Amino acid sequence: MTGKKQIHLAAHFPGVNNTTVWSDPESGSQTDFASFVHFAQTAERGLFDFLFLAEGLRLREHRGRIHDLDVVGRPDTLTVLNAIAAVTTHLGLGGTLNTTFNEPYELAKQLASLDHLSGGRAAWNLVTSSDAFTGENFRRGGFLRPEQRYERAQEILDATRELWLSWAEDAVVADRERGVFVRDGGAPVVEHRGEQFSFAGRFSLPPTPQGHPVLIQSGDSDAGREFGARTADAIFSRHGTLEAGQAFYRDLKGRLPRYGRAERDVTILPATTFVIGDTAEEAEGLAAQVRRAQVSPQTAIAFLEQVWGRDLSDYDPDGPLPDVDPDPEGVSITRGRVRHEKDTLAVARQWRELAEAKGGLSIRELIIETTARQSFVGTPRQVAEQMDTYVQENASDGFILVPHLVPGGLDEFVERVVPELQDRGSYRTEYTGSTLRHHLGLARPTAGAPSARAAG
Amino acid sequence: MGRGTYLAVEVSGAGRHPAAWRRPDAHPEALLTAPYHVGLAELAARSGADFVAVPDSFAPPGDDPDLVPLRLDAVAIAARVAPVVTGVGLVPSVTVTHTEPFHTSKAIATLDIVSAGRAGWEPVVSRTPAEAELFGRKPAAPPEELWREAADAVEVVVRLWDSWEDDAVIRDVATGRYVDRDKLHYIDFTGDFFSVKGPSITPRSPQAHPLVVLRGDEPEALPVAGRWADVVRVAAADLAAAHSARQRVRAAVAAAGRDPDDVAVLLDVEVLLGADAGSARRELDALDAHHELAASSLRVVHTADALVDMIAEAVASGAADGVTVVPLVLPGGLRMIADDVTPRLVDRGLRPPVAPGTTLRDRFGLPRPANHFTGANA
Ligand SMILES: Cc1cc2nc3c(=O)[nH]c(=O)nc-3n(C[C@H](O)[C@H](O)[C@H](O)COP(=O)(O)O)c2cc1C
Repeated sequence: MTGKKQIHLAAHFPGVNNTTVWSDPESGSQTDFASFVHFAQTAERGLFDFLFLAEGLRLREHRGRIHDLDVVGRPDTLTVLNAIAAVTTHLGLGGTLNTTFNEPYELAKQLASLDHLSGGRAAWNLVTSSDAFTGENFRRGGFLRPEQRYERAQEILDATRELWLSWAEDAVVADRERGVFVRDGGAPVVEHRGEQFSFAGRFSLPPTPQGHPVLIQSGDSDAGREFGARTADAIFSRHGTLEAGQAFYRDLKGRLPRYGRAERDVTILPATTFVIGDTAEEAEGLAAQVRRAQVSPQTAIAFLEQVWGRDLSDYDPDGPLPDVDPDPEGVSITRGRVRHEKDTLAVARQWRELAEAKGGLSIRELIIETTARQSFVGTPRQVAEQMDTYVQENASDGFILVPHLVPGGLDEFVERVVPELQDRGSYRTEYTGSTLRHHLGLARPTAGAPSARAAG
Repeated sequence: MGRGTYLAVEVSGAGRHPAAWRRPDAHPEALLTAPYHVGLAELAARSGADFVAVPDSFAPPGDDPDLVPLRLDAVAIAARVAPVVTGVGLVPSVTVTHTEPFHTSKAIATLDIVSAGRAGWEPVVSRTPAEAELFGRKPAAPPEELWREAADAVEVVVRLWDSWEDDAVIRDVATGRYVDRDKLHYIDFTGDFFSVKGPSITPRSPQAHPLVVLRGDEPEALPVAGRWADVVRVAAADLAAAHSARQRVRAAVAAAGRDPDDVAVLLDVEVLLGADAGSARRELDALDAHHELAASSLRVVHTADALVDMIAEAVASGAADGVTVVPLVLPGGLRMIADDVTPRLVDRGLRPPVAPGTTLRDRFGLPRPANHFTGANA
């Protein structure tokens, strides 16, 4: 074992955005269980820390109708993760579950059940989307003001942790002779009185084999980062370039001391795409093909409409950008996807300049250029080298890989890149433990304190 | 109606009896582990049962040290065993009083996906102030209100299952469209308790409508069972009472405009079997000495032959269409069903063999349903 910083890998099941290429003849079912089995077992063969599932609780809409150009539909996160636990033995099982449209007692029970039944492999990505559009599917409705979303997230997390850790570690004795199943009067009553929730009662489960599920956070605002620094074991970031990654890494890790946490207590994992070829040229060629498949002519127009805020269906995707300016009132043209508010007029200006500078890009070429760059492209060795550099230079602690194909999108990476990473001494050659906390090098959590790294 | 005598088994913890965990053949230390639940499901599959009922509730554990206060999420257990135990239906209970029908709908549809068409669910209500307190959103409600809300919840769950037509995914490269959005439907449900827009985020599942199992004991529950149930569970102290219970269910089904022969009524039977009646009795006495359990339905504490006779009589006399065996002790109680009871039922021609790959609806003679919304956008 070298002293080199080790890379953590997770695998994102390709989902409902245009990264996932459904038009490829190799593309399989997005919902058949066989696709999940193939994908998860490949990740486990590659000794990944965990599998990751995103979530969106309302089908996205574009110009008032269900967005039909990307993959639509997915199974229920918790249910499919429990099933995947049956066909894997070490792989962590990470699920995205919303903090606004769930109640803490129910969520605590469901996540603890996954964690018990998988032998301590569960992770929860807490997301805070709280829009009224999604709320129309729920009793709660869309009741949260945006600035309250992390208040609720913090409170739901505090409450679930209280429940998860409410039993003493050694509470279950199951002493047949004396007739004592749980010592000291059983499960203690947990009482939570807060702004968002008020509940009381006993929890029906003791701490899990890893204490409680690993906590992942993926919000990017200041409040989101602060929430992550205070509570998360891992951060799913969208800062994929070396410079942006390093800046985010410094920012996030710099927030940790405030909460008495060390740099090593939080693993930062950016969303990462890749294309592999036998030669660098072949990889570049494949990457260009993938980008074209990700941005169909219709998808190019839809992206443009998101910025322009108006109907552009009459424009030719292979023609130039529209002369007309974005409609600043038209920003709500797409619903149900995470938006990062921007000045659309400025974006349009920037895009026109870029199209011009590149020798007159068409609409489709421009969208490919601005949205579909892969993180790593090259031979297996080159990809391994680039990834290693990112991690060693503190742009991240590892990656959440987002392949473009279901179910085989991870196959080549595991067969060809993982051995290169191992040769570089930056990646494990076997699982040394069975829980996800072990894979991430995290200590067992104790009541009250946020998670900390294992000693030594 | 399907065929013959239906057989379901209910599996929970160390068995229905609160002292069951103290028996030498119990596994109290393993109750939260996957191998324990896989083992129980394998026994259920080996017994040829139509489905395993996995009970659940939010009733918080008490503080009696000799009771087992553990409760895993039932859908989680069913999903965990689904890929590795085939040939048996999986019917977890899901409470509908404090939970979101949108989440429940996609969870059960997904159980159907991962089990290749063997999913069902038993909607249950949360009655007590203690359960209401765990959510802190509304007080406990009387049965009439609980079951009215449950009816709305079941309706939303089922409508969401139909909110995707089977052929909604088209992958049409020429037009760049992955789905045909005319085949995705808003359910636009509005009721006294909640409103849900839809569509589901999960496509239509192999069975389209996983089996709906409801209890038909309370008068307030009967209209819900009559309208929505594929299978109804009842409790009764004896076969005469079971006969009346079945007639009440059939009347409720007819009142909802459905054919009573489409809905199987299963009688709960608490079971503890022995080599002879005396030894079975002594086993129960030993358990009751620790912690007494009053019977919640007809009970057979006797031999395998006695149980088989009782089941045959129940079905022949029209008291039930089959039974849900509730073992007082696990896993031993289930092993005896597989080893001693099922072979006798088969010998008597009460349990014809089931082809591999059969869906749970198939087992109950239920066709894959047409889609409520088909043609709605045309
Ligand atoms: C890389 C990444 C992945 C995300 N994945 C999801 C997701 O699967 N589901 C979801 O509802 N939100 C997702 N989000 C949204 C965030 O978790 C968060 O709720 C949202 O960005 C608003 O918070 P913010 O303003 O702090 O960014 C993701 C965000 C990022 C950066």
